[in-house]
Amino acid sequence: MSTTAKLDPQVALAELQERKPDRVTIVVLSGSMDRVMSAFIIATGAASMGMQVTMFFTFWGLNVIRKPGVSSKARDWLRRAFGVLNRGGADTLPLSRFHFWGLGTRMMKLVMRRSRMPGVPELMDMAKDLGVRFIACTTTLGLMGITKDTLLDGIDQFAGVSTYLAEAKDAQVNLFI
Amino acid sequence: MAIQWDIHLDTLGLFCPMPIIKTSKKIKQLVIGQVLQVVSDDEGIKKDMPAWCETTGHEYLGLEEEINGNTIHYKTYVRKTK
Repeated sequence: MSTTAKLDPQVALAELQERKPDRVTIVVLSGSMDRVMSAFIIATGAASMGMQVTMFFTFWGLNVIRKPGVSSKARDWLRRAFGVLNRGGADTLPLSRFHFWGLGTRMMKLVMRRSRMPGVPELMDMAKDLGVRFIACTTTLGLMGITKDTLLDGIDQFAGVSTYLAEAKDAQVNLFI
Repeated sequence: MAIQWDIHLDTLGLFCPMPIIKTSKKIKQLVIGQVLQVVSDDEGIKKDMPAWCETTGHEYLGLEEEINGNTIHYKTYVRKTK
């Protein structure tokens, strides 16, 4: 699936001022498969309804936008160790309940595949395709020993709380998942 | 009486949010005034399609239900307005 090219901020702003679409922001703090799936289902649904959607990834949510299988390149050993223990990648997320050391999550994924239900990686591709913007929280990136180069391509911004609030105050729907 | 349609979209076997995502992509292929028929076996479409139309501004024309063995096929109709 193709990803959308980065928007030219000025063109995007002019278009937004003219169109004034409803806006949605979603803070993705959780790194649990079920919660993240809900976040992406809402994001893709909103984008399909013509809303402008921004997703902010922080804490465990950052695992969603990490490249699979790439270990941390943090400088100090504590953070590096944390980055290694804390596995990343959209396909490795555990269920928030019934994970059972991976067995429960594997069963859930099997059921989803059998019923042709898209998982987190597919939903994430769709979200990108629909123009959902991804923002990674820089503070928690540092805290969790995750370096930018180990994140997926196509992260639109690296930012903090002010960027979030600037977006959220103009949005009609703000979710924290 | 069956509603007349121009373009058909099959979303059978797909779950939320896929029918809506596919609808939003498909509607771009229609010219204004044409009617899109979306067939789904997800019951949520009964409420979701009118809601999608209300938000996007396209005209919701109605719903037909067709019993097909154990499943019900929900046929919704949308007229492109812009």
